[in-house]
Amino acid sequence: MPILRPGFRLQWEPIQNSHVLLYPEGMVKLNESAAQVLLLIDGERPIDDIIDSLAGRFPNVPGLDEDILAFIEVANAQHWINIR
Amino acid sequence: MLNTGSTSADSTLVANQGPPLWLLAELTYRCPLQCPYCSNPLEFANHKDELTTAQWIDVFTQARALGAAQLGFSGGEPLVRDDLVELIEAARELGFYTNLITSGMGLTEQKVNAFKQAGLDHIQISFQASDAEINNMLAGSRKAFDQKLAMARAVKAAGYPMVLNFVTHRHNIDEIEKIIELCLALEADFVELATCQYYGWAHLNRAGLLPTKAQLDHAEAVTQRYRLKLAAENHPCKLILVTPDYYEERPKGCMNGWGNIFLSITPDGTALPCHSARQLPVTFPNVTAHSLSHIWYDSFGFNRFRGYEWMSEPCRSCDEKEKDFGGCRCQAYMLTGDATQADPVCSKSPHHDKILAARAEADLPQPPIEALTFRNERNSRIICKS
Repeated sequence: MPILRPGFRLQWEPIQNSHVLLYPEGMVKLNESAAQVLLLIDGERPIDDIIDSLAGRFPNVPGLDEDILAFIEVANAQHWINIR
Repeated sequence: MLNTGSTSADSTLVANQGPPLWLLAELTYRCPLQCPYCSNPLEFANHKDELTTAQWIDVFTQARALGAAQLGFSGGEPLVRDDLVELIEAARELGFYTNLITSGMGLTEQKVNAFKQAGLDHIQISFQASDAEINNMLAGSRKAFDQKLAMARAVKAAGYPMVLNFVTHRHNIDEIEKIIELCLALEADFVELATCQYYGWAHLNRAGLLPTKAQLDHAEAVTQRYRLKLAAENHPCKLILVTPDYYEERPKGCMNGWGNIFLSITPDGTALPCHSARQLPVTFPNVTAHSLSHIWYDSFGFNRFRGYEWMSEPCRSCDEKEKDFGGCRCQAYMLTGDATQADPVCSKSPHHDKILAARAEADLPQPPIEALTFRNERNSRIICKS
């Protein structure tokens, strides 16, 4: 079950026209697909549910589940999220 | 790009300038400590005025509307402001990610929790060394170290992410292993091993602070060893080693470019593109007289070193100018007397010999810590007079 690391915050920034991930003294501007995955990471949804939810919304994207898993792996390696 | 570099107040705008993303609120120059490497201006005793609570909240509101997302409460020691809870609450309500940058002096468990309630996102505590004696001597306070340890524990207990900042220099950099171990024991999320940069009081005390090349190499090797160890354990703590400009051959891309993403407001409301720019012979606007939008996009001070037209050689024709923007304007001014020069850190600078001389000086014996000029009111007033 993935959850945002404590002290990390996902937020929409109208001036940057994108979601950003905010953390101590830092900010990452996210592309739309990364933001869509992170928005579903709430500590209550397992990874399978996140994939199902996005697959339902974007049915014509080939390789979607691999992309989501790859991103979650990156986010975990960056310590943006914890998986418990 | 259109900046003529003229000294008149009607400088033309740089096209496509983006918004400020970072706001540093230097709430006060008051501080219970006397660190001899403080980056506050030497003449801080001359600037006693402080913005009111309402004025600060107005600054936050304007900055947020422009696009700033990160807000640092700094100083001096921000904890001496008795309206800090109110300021945090207002900033968090506006959507800022709020960072408290503190020495920990004056912090209590009660305050740590009250700030959390108000919505504070993160606390950074600065330490002077891993060892109580040297910490206390540098901070000019006997109880400083125990207080900092207790507060670091309280910050973690309250569930904040924590950055520990250790300013390193020739008197403590050899202790880097102990420093890292202490940070890991305190469960820091990020550790900044920040070798002094030579601005403000640190510039005044440079000879007594600059480590030798051998000291720096040792610190880098130890840090790298710990980084590999932490990575192997999938440990979340991140070690950030800031090396001093004086041992580089190319300057840093200071502030990511002048007036590019960073906006600093001093206690009296003077707006600066970086926290040490006050010393430059440039007139900077004040938030009590102008809107932040005017200050950021239109003011002379913020446009002074935007783009590349202001540059002299060797920067002007250099193929690295878009990477480092000619380095730091304050460093150029401090070391050459001319803020349009290349940062002398660059080996292409005709003034690079000043950096080489400082390195050579570091290899000679230097006076002990007690002989440094400590940052306090008395010394500031003496400096103001001279």
